[in-house]
Amino acid sequence: MAYKILEKEELAPGIKQYDIHAPRVAEKFKPGQFLVIRLHEKGERIPLTIAMADARAGSVRIVFQEMGKTTFELGAMNKGDSIMDVLGPLGVPTEIKKYGLVAGVAGGVGAAPLLPILKALKETGNRVITILGSRTKDLLIFRRELEKVSSELIITTDDGTAGEKGFVTFPLKRIIEGKNKPDAVWAIGPLIMMKNICNVTRNDGVRTFVSLNPIMLDGTGMCGCCRVTVGGHVKFSCVDGPEFDGLMVDFDEIIVRNRRFLEQERISYEKYKNSL
Amino acid sequence: MHDVTKVAIVGSGPAGLTCAGDLARMGYRVTVFESLHSTGGVLRYGIPEFRLPKAILDFEVESIKSLGVEVKVNALIGGSYTLEDLFKEGYKAVFIGTGAGLPYFMGVKGENLNGVYSANEFLTRVNLLKAYEFPEYDTPVKIGKKIAVIGAGNVSMDCARVSLRLGAEESWIVYRRSDAEMPARAEEIENAKEEGVKFSLLTLPVEVLSDGKSGVRALRCIKMKLGEPDQSGRKRPVPIEGSEFDMDIDTVIVAIGQGPNPLLPRKTPDLKVTSHGNIVADPQTGKTSIEGVYAGGDIATGAATVIEAMGAGKRAARAIDQYIKKL
Ligand SMILES: Cc1cc2nc3c(=O)[nH]c(=O)nc-3n(C[C@H](O)[C@H](O)[C@H](O)COP(=O)(O)OP(=O)(O)OC[C@H]3O[C@@H](n4cnc5c(N)ncnc54)[C@H](O)[C@@H]3O)c2cc1C
Ligand SMILES: Cc1cc2nc3c(=O)[nH]c(=O)nc-3n(C[C@H](O)[C@H](O)[C@H](O)COP(=O)(O)OP(=O)(O)OC[C@H]3O[C@@H](n4cnc5c(N)ncnc54)[C@H](O)[C@@H]3O)c2cc1C
Ligand code: FES
Repeated sequence: MAYKILEKEELAPGIKQYDIHAPRVAEKFKPGQFLVIRLHEKGERIPLTIAMADARAGSVRIVFQEMGKTTFELGAMNKGDSIMDVLGPLGVPTEIKKYGLVAGVAGGVGAAPLLPILKALKETGNRVITILGSRTKDLLIFRRELEKVSSELIITTDDGTAGEKGFVTFPLKRIIEGKNKPDAVWAIGPLIMMKNICNVTRNDGVRTFVSLNPIMLDGTGMCGCCRVTVGGHVKFSCVDGPEFDGLMVDFDEIIVRNRRFLEQERISYEKYKNSL
Repeated sequence: MHDVTKVAIVGSGPAGLTCAGDLARMGYRVTVFESLHSTGGVLRYGIPEFRLPKAILDFEVESIKSLGVEVKVNALIGGSYTLEDLFKEGYKAVFIGTGAGLPYFMGVKGENLNGVYSANEFLTRVNLLKAYEFPEYDTPVKIGKKIAVIGAGNVSMDCARVSLRLGAEESWIVYRRSDAEMPARAEEIENAKEEGVKFSLLTLPVEVLSDGKSGVRALRCIKMKLGEPDQSGRKRPVPIEGSEFDMDIDTVIVAIGQGPNPLLPRKTPDLKVTSHGNIVADPQTGKTSIEGVYAGGDIATGAATVIEAMGAGKRAARAIDQYIKKL
């Protein structure tokens, strides 16, 4: 059985959105969960978060950034093409309940996994403030959708081409120090962003949930390559997470572990590029 | 017209495949659910090509499929899909053969350094995803010059031999007990020795040392001696005080055993498990604490053998047949 690409859209340069036919996954999806996919017989298994599911159409939505061999190869596929393997939904879903005031912080492509979480939180009666940041204006995605679920949407760009110039940490700091201290924060984006967000929330002890993206292989708890240290304990991100209490996470370890195969990733990408 | 009764098998290792084949021969409509993208369990992802050519496994799987068994890969049971879902979908009985897929780590300092693999990760990269053909295949594996494999079971011997074949200069088995206690089959140990695998016995790793960047520089170990017999009847290894030494190593593969995969039992509170997390199953029938649910192979016995797993699959097929006939 193959998994057909039903829709393809380029959301921003290098950021693509696919709807994939995977009815069994769509039926069970809950915010916070992810897929493991393999493009073809010679492909590697990579994890991608589920951004949305439509149980009636039997489709799941992924949003990915072209980073290396596999994501570029995926990005070169077209509507109607098929992905060989799709496994999911995996991981522990986000605990959706009433927290009160929730701040969502999205960095770059992290807006995609954050959106269904914030949507569900809003529907459960939480008030949502969202901070969406990226390097530059062109890379801001899901602006309108995030606006809809938020009572306030703050935009930041590193280069100042849209919203406030600077990092997402600045407005978050302002919000925490202001009158409306959030009861919980969800931060999804690059590891360094999530680390910095936690450094801001730690001071005031604001509950902070992060979604970790270590290297994964099976996604079912059998290899341990996704192990991370949380509160001094070793956890497998694919089955114990990927969402964790950010204030307890050893980010530096994950940042280093994600460089395990840097050399091989370069070789793989070069080979792919030269084959085009 | 009588309906053909549906039976679900969870896991496509030797236990699950054997059970599926036998039930299909008895006339049941059997579906195998496998979480990986390929069938065979340890035979596919664990045991290397040079010991078990995958063509043989493919042949076996095809002959089971030709009996009418449907195989669904990428189908994890015990995550979002539960045993209950299977019964709702009309399966009258379920056999669980999910194996011993949970890798154990030592819990020593430095174990999360880049350059430390679990045996499962290492073997899965190489065998299931063919990292030995990287970059033709996309999955990478990084192997250094000097490898230490911790533990001395069949899995350890496979890791040590695979390392040499991938180009390692030295491949060590590091084991805390002595020659006589090594759990691997004598034949496997012999083969490993013939291929040049070295043995550091009565040696307990206590720390993986960093090279200051993110890789491994050495394995700090302590020498052991054998004391009084322990619960397993084997002489207990005890550390010799002050005997620490550093082995010059750049890659560590932890092969100290695997536990039962906890996913399915965790999602199935009524399913009784032992203190080690193995599913409690009658050794004669595979019957578990839930009616219509049977289990066998490594998930019930703890890591054992292919033959035992197949035997458990066979016995459970008979018991499932009797159970369904009484419904
Ligand atoms: C739970 C989870 C959810 C994710 N969701 C998304 C998402 O929704 N959208 C998105 O764009 N990205 C997501 N990622 C990251 C995505 O998996 C990687 O970008 C992708 O694997 C890169 O593969 P590549 O071959 O294109 O690039 P490569 O050049 O191989 O790798 C680029 C970098 O990605 C990381 N990476 C490489 N291989 C893997 C792997 N097997 N598993 C995880 N990370 C790897 C490494 O840090 C590496 O340095 C997620 C990761 C995890 C763990
Ligand atoms: C490297 C290595 C070498 C070995 N060498 C030998 C040897 O030489 N001789 C010997 O007799 N034995 C050997 N063994 C042991 C032997 O392979 C096992 O005892 C045997 O495979 C157990 O079979 P099983 O069917 O119980 O489980 P497994 O072979 O582990 O298969 C279980 C299957 O279930 C799948 N699964 C797990 N959870 C789920 C879930 N929730 N939903 C769906 N699917 C799931 C897994 O992906 C896997 O495919 C070796 C083991 C290893 C790891
Ligand atoms: S990816 Fe293998 S255990 Fe998590």
